Amino acid sequence: MNNHAVEINDLSCHFGSFKAVDRISLTVEQGEIFGFLGANGAGKTTAIRMLCGLLIPSGGGGQVAGFDILKQSEEIKKNIGYMSQKFSLYPDLTGRENLNFYGAAYGLDKKQILARTEELSNRLQLAEFIDRPTLSLPVGWRQRLALAASLLHKPKILFLDEPTGGVDPVFRRKFWQILYQLAEEGVTIFVTTHYMDEAAYCQRISVMHRGQIILRGKPYDLIEQHRAANLEELFIDLIRGRENADA
Amino acid sequence: MILSVAGKMPMRSIRFLALKELYHILRDPRSLAIAIAMPLLMTFLYGYAVSLDINNVVISVIDYDQTAESRQLIDYYYRSTYFGPADYEPDRSDPEGILRRGDAIAILTIKSGLATALENGQEFELGLLIDGSDNTLAAAVQGYSEGVVNSYLMDRMPPGMKMPGISISNQVLFNPDLESSHFFVPGLLAIILMMISALLTSITIAREKETGTMEQLLTAPVSPMAILIGKIIPYIFLAFLDGALILVLARILFDIPFAGSGLLLVGFGLIYVSAALSIGILISSLVKTQQVAMMLALIMTMLPSVMLSGFIFQIKNMPTFLKIISDIVPAKFFLIVIRGILLKGAGIQTLGIQAVYLLILMTILIIIAALKFKTKVD
Ligand SMILES: Nc1ncnc2c1ncn2[C@@H]1O[C@H](COP(=O)(O)OP(=O)(O)OP(=O)(O)O)[C@@H](O)[C@H]1O
Ligand SMILES: [Mg+2]
Repeated sequence: MNNHAVEINDLSCHFGSFKAVDRISLTVEQGEIFGFLGANGAGKTTAIRMLCGLLIPSGGGGQVAGFDILKQSEEIKKNIGYMSQKFSLYPDLTGRENLNFYGAAYGLDKKQILARTEELSNRLQLAEFIDRPTLSLPVGWRQRLALAASLLHKPKILFLDEPTGGVDPVFRRKFWQILYQLAEEGVTIFVTTHYMDEAAYCQRISVMHRGQIILRGKPYDLIEQHRAANLEELFIDLIRGRENADA
Repeated sequence: MILSVAGKMPMRSIRFLALKELYHILRDPRSLAIAIAMPLLMTFLYGYAVSLDINNVVISVIDYDQTAESRQLIDYYYRSTYFGPADYEPDRSDPEGILRRGDAIAILTIKSGLATALENGQEFELGLLIDGSDNTLAAAVQGYSEGVVNSYLMDRMPPGMKMPGISISNQVLFNPDLESSHFFVPGLLAIILMMISALLTSITIAREKETGTMEQLLTAPVSPMAILIGKIIPYIFLAFLDGALILVLARILFDIPFAGSGLLLVGFGLIYVSAALSIGILISSLVKTQQVAMMLALIMTMLPSVMLSGFIFQIKNMPTFLKIISDIVPAKFFLIVIRGILLKGAGIQTLGIQAVYLLILMTILIIIAALKFKTKVD
C-alpha cells in the first residue's frame, strides 16, 4: 500500500452523454493542503462527491485514506470529513444540537461529543454562538460551525467544497489560519475555491475545466513557468486559450 | 434475521436521528400545525358539517295510529328545520318504491298504539326506513330523527314523570352496511393517518435533500437504513397520537362507539401506517424539493384516500377502472377495518381478508421504498 492520502486514476462521471468529470488523475500527499480550482460547472463538486462515496464513478478508480473508492466507501466515511458546498447544518437547531447530532451520526459517544465540542468550540472561537439557532448566525460563523461538525470525529482527510463562499475577507483569512493549523497536525485538506488569493495559500493546486484537469503544480512554480504576473492572470489566459482552441 | 439486523443497527445514531426529527417537528409551527391542529380541526369541522348539513330533508309519514298524539309527533318533525313533508301523498303500499324514486329520503311509520303507549308509559317502537345510498345523510337523518322524538317526549312529559320507552327502529335501504350515525370518524382516521405518515415523511426527507443535509449525513458512516428508521420513528408516534386524539375528540363530541378491540386496531394501525410511511419514502425518492413532495403526496395519498376509499363515494357505484384502482388504495381496506372495529365490534375472523390485503400492500410498498431510497446523491 502506498501512503498517498488520495490517489485517483482516470476517474470519470457521466450524466447521460455529458461528461461532468472526464478521466481525471491526481494524488494528494498526507498533511498537504491541496487546492482544487475551476470555473462554475467545471466538475469540482462532482469529483469530490465521488471521493466521498456520494456518487458512483462512471469509470476509473482510486483510493482515499488507503481505501478503494469503489468498494470501501464505508471505511472511507470513517476517515474523512466533508463540508458540502451548501450550508449543511440544520437551521432550526442550535450549533450545539447540530454537533451533538452529527457526533452521534459519526458514532461518537456522549463523552467524546462533549469533549470534542468543548475543544472545537475553543479552537474555532465558537463559544459565543454555539447555543443559538444556526439560522440566526452570520454566514462566517455558520461555516465555522459546519467545519466544526466535519471535524468532530477527527478525520484524517478533510474535503471542503468552497468553504468560504460568500464570506468576508477577514473571516476567510481566519478560516485559512485554522486550515493551516490542521494541516500542521497532519490533516490532509482537499479544498475547492473560487478565490485566487486562496489558491495561493495551497501547497499544490489542480485546475479543472470542463471535466478535465488542465493545469497542476505548486502555485509559485506555475506562475514562474508561465511567466504570469499572478495566478488570476494565468487562469484567464489559460482558459481563454482553451476556449479559442475549442472554437 | 430481524434480530441480527437489529443487532447491527447503530441504536444510538437512530435515537439521535429520531430526537432531531422531533426537534424539527416541535420547532416548526407549520409542521406542528399539520400534525396536531389540522386533524383536530378536521374532526371538528367534518363532524359538525355532517351534523348541520341536514335541512328540510323530505320525510314521508305513514300514520296508522291516527291520534292527536301521532299528529303532534308528525308536527314536531315538520316544524323542525331538519325535515320537511313530501309534495304529495305517498303510496303507502310500496314504501321502498318511494325511496327508490327519490320522493323521500326517509319514511316514518307509526304503528297504531302510540297514544296508548304514551298514556300507560309502555314501550313503543317507531319505524324509520332510510335511503342509505348517501350514507352521511342517512346517518344524520337517524341522529336528528332521534332528536325530534326526544324533544317531543320531553315537551309532553311533565318534569319528574317517567319517560315512556319510545324507540326508533332504523332500517336502512340500499346500503345495509350503514349502522351508525358516525361514519365519518373512521374515514377521517384513515385519511389523517395517511396524511401524517406519507405527507410529512416525504416532506421531511425532501427537505434534507433540498437543503443538502442529506448529502452531509450520507458522508457519515451511518447506514441509510438507520437514517430512514430514525426519521420515521417520530412520525409513527405522531400518527398514533393523532389517531388517539381523534378518537377521544369524536367520543366526546359525537359519542362515537368503540365496540371492538383496541389492540386489534393498534395492530391494523401499525400495518397501515407502515404502508403509508413507505409511500412517503417512495415519494421523497422521486423528488428533489419539498414543494414537489407535498404536491405528489397529496395526489398519491390524500386524493385516493378521500375519493377511492369509500369514505365519501361508495365503491360499488364506481366505474370498473376506478374499482380496480381502489384495490391498491390502503385506505379502502383500513376503512372497512376501522368501521368494523369501532362500530360493529368486528374481530379478526371477520377482518381476516382485509388483514391479508393490507399486509400484501404493505410488504410491496416497503420493498419498493427500500429499493428506491437512494444512498447516493444525484
Ligand atoms: N446530477 C446531475 N445530473 C446532471 N448533470 C449534473 C449533475 N450534477 C452536476 N451536473 C453537471 O455537471 C457539471 C459539473 O458540476 P459541478 O457541480 O461538479 O461543478 P463545480 O465545478 O462544482 O461548479 P461550482 O463552482 O458551480 O460549484 C455542471 O454542468 C452540472 O450542471
Ligand atoms: Mg461545486
